[in-house]
Amino acid sequence: MGTAVKPRRPFRQRSVIPGFGLTLGYTLTCLGLIVLLPLATLVVKASGIGLSGIWEVATDPRVFSALRISFGVSLLAALTASVFGGVVAWVLTRYDFPGRKLADAVVDLPFALPTAVAGIALASLYAPNGLVGEQLAKIGIEVAYTPVGIFIAMVFIGLPFAVRTVQPLIAEIDKEVEEASAILGASRVATLTKVVLPPLIPAVLTGFALAFARGVGEYGSIIFIAGNLPYVSEIAPLLIVIKLSEFDYAGASAIAVIMLAISFATLLAINLIQAWSRRRFGYV
Amino acid sequence: MFDGNPIKLGAVTQRRAALLGLALAAGLALTGGARAQSEILNVSYDPTRELYRDINAAFSEEWKAKTGETITVRAAHGGSGAQARTVIDGIPADVVTLGIPSDIDAIVKLSKKISPDWRSKLPNDGLPYTSTVVFLVRKGNPKGVKDWADLAKPDVKVITPNPKTSAGGRWNFLAAWGYAYEKDGKDKEKANAFVGQLYKNVPVLDTGARGSTVTFAQRGLGDVLPTWENEAFLVLEEFGKDKFDIVVPPTSIYAEPPVALVDANVDKKGTRKQAEAYLQFLYSDKAQAIFAKHHYRPIKREAAKAEDLALLPEIKLFKIEDIQGSWDEIQKANFDNGGLFDQLSKAGR
Amino acid sequence: MSEALAQGPIKLPGDEALRPPASVVTERPVVRWLLITIALTFLGLFLLLPLFTVFAQALAKGWAAYFAAFAEPDALAAIRLTLTAAAIAVPFNLVFGVAAAWAIAKFEFRGKNLLVTLIDLPFSVSPVVSGLIYVLVFGSRGLFGPYLIEHDIQIIFALPGIVLATIFVTFPFVARQLIPLMQEQGTTEEEAALTLGASGWHAFRTVTLPNIRWGLLYSVLLCNARAMGEFGAVSVVSGHIRGLTNTLPLHVEILYNEYNFVASFAVASLLAGLALVTLAIKSVLEWRYADDIAAGARRH
Repeated sequence: MGTAVKPRRPFRQRSVIPGFGLTLGYTLTCLGLIVLLPLATLVVKASGIGLSGIWEVATDPRVFSALRISFGVSLLAALTASVFGGVVAWVLTRYDFPGRKLADAVVDLPFALPTAVAGIALASLYAPNGLVGEQLAKIGIEVAYTPVGIFIAMVFIGLPFAVRTVQPLIAEIDKEVEEASAILGASRVATLTKVVLPPLIPAVLTGFALAFARGVGEYGSIIFIAGNLPYVSEIAPLLIVIKLSEFDYAGASAIAVIMLAISFATLLAINLIQAWSRRRFGYV
Repeated sequence: MFDGNPIKLGAVTQRRAALLGLALAAGLALTGGARAQSEILNVSYDPTRELYRDINAAFSEEWKAKTGETITVRAAHGGSGAQARTVIDGIPADVVTLGIPSDIDAIVKLSKKISPDWRSKLPNDGLPYTSTVVFLVRKGNPKGVKDWADLAKPDVKVITPNPKTSAGGRWNFLAAWGYAYEKDGKDKEKANAFVGQLYKNVPVLDTGARGSTVTFAQRGLGDVLPTWENEAFLVLEEFGKDKFDIVVPPTSIYAEPPVALVDANVDKKGTRKQAEAYLQFLYSDKAQAIFAKHHYRPIKREAAKAEDLALLPEIKLFKIEDIQGSWDEIQKANFDNGGLFDQLSKAGR
Repeated sequence: MSEALAQGPIKLPGDEALRPPASVVTERPVVRWLLITIALTFLGLFLLLPLFTVFAQALAKGWAAYFAAFAEPDALAAIRLTLTAAAIAVPFNLVFGVAAAWAIAKFEFRGKNLLVTLIDLPFSVSPVVSGLIYVLVFGSRGLFGPYLIEHDIQIIFALPGIVLATIFVTFPFVARQLIPLMQEQGTTEEEAALTLGASGWHAFRTVTLPNIRWGLLYSVLLCNARAMGEFGAVSVVSGHIRGLTNTLPLHVEILYNEYNFVASFAVASLLAGLALVTLAIKSVLEWRYADDIAAGARRH
């Protein structure tokens, strides 16, 4: 862990504030026991079948298609959440209308609502005999028990990330810049696309990545509404549960490690976006 | 600026400490309370929730009368495979009552917590009751489903659970296969093709029998639900007889949901006496009558009420072991990684 | 920066005359109302409708049926278990979060970014994987399996496993909120208190804690909501023993699978109610103490 690194420079800068050893030690202990040790066990378990074994699991058609569904649908859902989330964030920050504060509070609902509750609610709404499902069925759209159902659930849980990362930045936009742009003769559309939007891009990307990462791993809300059909609507986390039910611990661990690696990459991407944004725009 | 704060915060901290203490006490009470009582755990499969509620109450009553000891029988339900997995991973189950023999074999093989000769330790190979697979269809049977062959017709949508995780799903799969095998001149290739055709008609593959029933009955998906006989009756009772009909196919499978003692756990917990008595109780007249009441097929028909038995129709039942051999072979050929089900879903997509 | 957040939508009080007409810094009314309609429709369809469904289904057969769902001993046991698990997991993460934030925000040391990333890790781990890892560590065939069997210690399929899984999924909540907040506040106030002779603990209690209290409360609130609502991770380690290891979200699923839809949605409505209370308190905190929680809120 961090302390194991032999520093040539002093490990930390001097400070009069006490408690460094205590708090850092406690932090590292908790982190090690609760997060790192179990995750390391997972990696060890998966590596039991070797890299070639993991590759074999990943390229197994059923696993591959589950991963593709999880990542593909999550990508689409994060994209949708980002677009509509951007509109929502803009409307909530820039305009005043009755019920704005209520709408603002509602955005966080998916954070607070347990996923299982969201799952049964969405399933009963979008089933062919549900409130929305019935209307959609009339125009020939099936939602529940298809990949569309997975998509809906992922948009639901991803939305707050998309809205909340962009919102503060919209609030911070200096209106004088917009005024200057307008006074210099730019149309409103030009002002928006050339002046307002570019600085928002890193935040939008961050929100997108967070929504994506959350969607990929989501389980509770999806199993109720997805058809769980191999090659069609079976998501990777469900396949882990199925592998466990088949007593295939190594297989389950391998899928978990693959998902973990991709989540890691996503986290890394977020950090890179933010670093780039710091250089380019001077803030996160 | 900070004058008022220390006092307030002190109070907050104290309250938090009190809360924490309360929480810990509650936690101790929760675990401590569970230990003080004579208690056994029955880890069971999905559709037996209502059944074991009655059985457990009856057993507690009898045990109390016989020994004076109060006993609580806890139950855990889920897909049969998932439940076997929890036993392997260390759930303190005293007895398992699962949906298919291969799941108990898996516990034997992977954890050695159950004795390999579990079949011979109880009467009738550890089967206090049996069951079979029948069809549940929408009222009036609009698609005219009468036999297994109708399930593979192109315009019929079939709801069935995932045979990889659900015992009911496995019985459905084996029943369809066995039907085609017997009918088509005992040709395995033809039977495989038939089952492949049938699973092309499956739009939703839930992880447990219960999930499939909810999808079919509550969500209104599909035309036919091949399911445990007891589950079909339960749907009629829960959702109303005016919505669904039961169709009994001329032939179906002899479904064997076995029970077994988890030796390693009862010896450690010191509950062998209670757990063995519980399993023996399943063969008693009282329990046999309860099985029949919940539409399972009791092995002692004379113990059940005539009106309950009357509801269980005569079907020509075949044993899958007679066709495919031992449970090891059945499990491997059909449901293990790369087995028939995997081949079919790969081919079917 | 944070003042802008506090004010919410930027109005131009009083000095409109000095500025160009409002139309150059906002959209035409038609566009504006169109956007508002899109946003509200989207929120209504995706967020409010499911919420509404929960309560509508819960009350589909009247209040008597609704309350009957809570009279069941299994439901009460589930409520008790959920409260117990949260009562252990949340304070744990509170203490961890404060300690981590103190170490990270008040000191400069090497490897800090890595540490922050590692604390963040549970956010991006699938709940199912969170459960799986504890099975691999504490299961009979797991890392400590033989030891636990020998000493007769039950971790998974019992309260400790449920608590551990809950702690894992809510691990970053408090730390993540407090780190930017404490960084923004710097160390000068604590240094002053220490120079004046306060002990470290005293300085923390009288200087740091008042500064972060609203942010702390805010994060504990979110942590608690997630702790009580976790499904996937707990589902893998619970074992689903009725009346013993079923938490509220698992109980929702069980009732749902027993065709007891009214009871299922009734219990779900309890959790939805908890979510609404959480949102209400959260909003109040945001409106009243925006400055105090802003630094952390930006990250969420």
